[in-house]
Amino acid sequence: MRLPPAYRLRRHAGRVAFYAVVAGLMVYTLFPFYWAVVSSLKTGPALFDTRLWPESPSLANYVAVFTEQPFARAVANSAIVAGATTLVSLAVAVGAAYALGRIRFRGRRTVLMTILGVSMFPQIAVLSGLFGLIRWLELYNTLGALVLSYLIFTLPLTVWILTAFMADLPRELEEAAMVDGAGPLTRLRRVLLPLMAPALVAAGLLAFIAAWNEFLFALTFTLTNDQRTVPVAIALISGASAFELPWGQIMAASVIVTVPLVALVLVFQRRIVAGLTAGAVKG
Amino acid sequence: MDRARDAGPLARARARTAWLFLAPALLVLVLVAGWPLVSTVWLSLTDSRLDAGHQARFVGTDNYLRYGPAPDAWDEEAGGYFVYDDATGAALLYRPDTDAFYDWDTGAALAGPVDRAAVFAWHGLLADPVWWRSVANTVFYTVVSVSLELALGLAIALILHAHLPGRGLLRAAVLIPWAIPTVVSAQLWGWMLNDQVGVVNAVLLDLGLIAERIAWTAEPATALAAIIAVDVWKTTPFMALLLLAALQTLPNEIYEAARLDGVHPVRLFARVTLPLILPALMVAVIFRTLDALRVFDLFYLLTSNADDMLAMSVYARRQMIEFQDVGAGSAAATAVFAIAAAATALLVLIGRIEPEGRR
Repeated sequence: MRLPPAYRLRRHAGRVAFYAVVAGLMVYTLFPFYWAVVSSLKTGPALFDTRLWPESPSLANYVAVFTEQPFARAVANSAIVAGATTLVSLAVAVGAAYALGRIRFRGRRTVLMTILGVSMFPQIAVLSGLFGLIRWLELYNTLGALVLSYLIFTLPLTVWILTAFMADLPRELEEAAMVDGAGPLTRLRRVLLPLMAPALVAAGLLAFIAAWNEFLFALTFTLTNDQRTVPVAIALISGASAFELPWGQIMAASVIVTVPLVALVLVFQRRIVAGLTAGAVKG
Repeated sequence: MDRARDAGPLARARARTAWLFLAPALLVLVLVAGWPLVSTVWLSLTDSRLDAGHQARFVGTDNYLRYGPAPDAWDEEAGGYFVYDDATGAALLYRPDTDAFYDWDTGAALAGPVDRAAVFAWHGLLADPVWWRSVANTVFYTVVSVSLELALGLAIALILHAHLPGRGLLRAAVLIPWAIPTVVSAQLWGWMLNDQVGVVNAVLLDLGLIAERIAWTAEPATALAAIIAVDVWKTTPFMALLLLAALQTLPNEIYEAARLDGVHPVRLFARVTLPLILPALMVAVIFRTLDALRVFDLFYLLTSNADDMLAMSVYARRQMIEFQDVGAGSAAATAVFAIAAAATALLVLIGRIEPEGRR
């Protein structure tokens, strides 16, 4: 926003203040993560001083996380659960998004609103019902229980994003294929899907991040260390006694699971923003 | 568009295709969302427990509100509740099936009437002060954190919307807290706010702002403040990005015209920008409110989970899993759902009224 000439003198001061605010914002958003990295490199009593950089950085905590805690297993579990959830969601969502984004039919809006509603309703409201379902399917304390239950939030998310994207593709694309006598399935597979890579990446990333970060279901539907995912593992890291939490290890584990996410966010930030705001802006 | 086309055979074929394509997704949603939700509401009307071997029965709305003897006074063998009459000092058996009192030792029916007010009390979710405390905690947390996120998010969105060098970098920076798992952010902040060795206390002590170390997450008031601070840190980016997307859809011409007319930026914001982004803003507020009302991780991880520091979801899970009382836990979960639905309805209503009122 530009100011009229009369304000020009004030503008310089304004500029400075503006950049101070921006700098403050950067510190506010990044410092906690920076502090986790610094803390994870400290061991022993050095952990408790507040210098901004460790005197003698050490990777001991990173080694300890893998040797003293069942952390490697947790990372593998999380990767399997988040990966499988993402793939299942995308596979199921593409068809639904085709119907909702490209076909005009009665009830379309109701279905869209229902799906949006499912994505927003409190997870606790389905916890005891899901628990019963999972025990009935004999999935309790397995990764399958998590993949199944995570669909409750990843599926609406992916359907919503892919629908917004499909609705934006021009009509003519399909019409040409329709003239050639191609059915809807062929049109989806041959014409639309090849164009959908960016949307699939955005939806897949958001689903993956949501599944990777989930805590309540993972805490409730798994019981043993060999089935636990990263968030639960980090929450349950414990030391020799309840009073000696191994903070160095907790910070190291936090850094390990966050770095891939931060990398994903930095590489795909445009896609992620597009995905996050899909539908929300159009209403 | 045209109703005639909706009724034709072509439209019917189109609708058939649409439902066919939708079927797998709808089936999955019925399985993982619809059925469990119905099942939770049903369980809230029973006395189900997690312990094996317990035969659940239908108890109506007893898990919500019930006037009678304490639930833990139930005696399976006697087929009734043990109650102690303070007024007469007599040990009694109350049988719900006959709604009458008997002598606990002999089992004989009592001759005189029993003062029910002396032996009965209100039980269930709605009579539980711990539940109401967790509702108050959650609502306070929701209102304060969503308001702060809205204000801060709007400020950040406006900053990002202005053309400044390094905008991409800043946008990436604000996305980082959003991508960090909630569990990890809880641990990061738990570490920074640690009363003995945390950096926050150390810095505040050095600056002379506090006289002694504060146990941030031990006292309900400071714990709520800490939880709000973490949530604001984590979710303001989401708010900012939604609002930024809305700002970017606004036509530039309005601003050009306003600049030529010398309209003051604050006035421009209040009269033009804000009303135009209001729909998107309401959507963001509804999303964030629902997300805040179902909060679990932050309360569960950052506090000691004492009775006065629960969120609604934490209360419900505690009843369900730790106390194994699935009926009571499901009642609380159903109440959370009802509160979230009511909040949505309220916000949608406000969102509808507000823009009209301004015109």
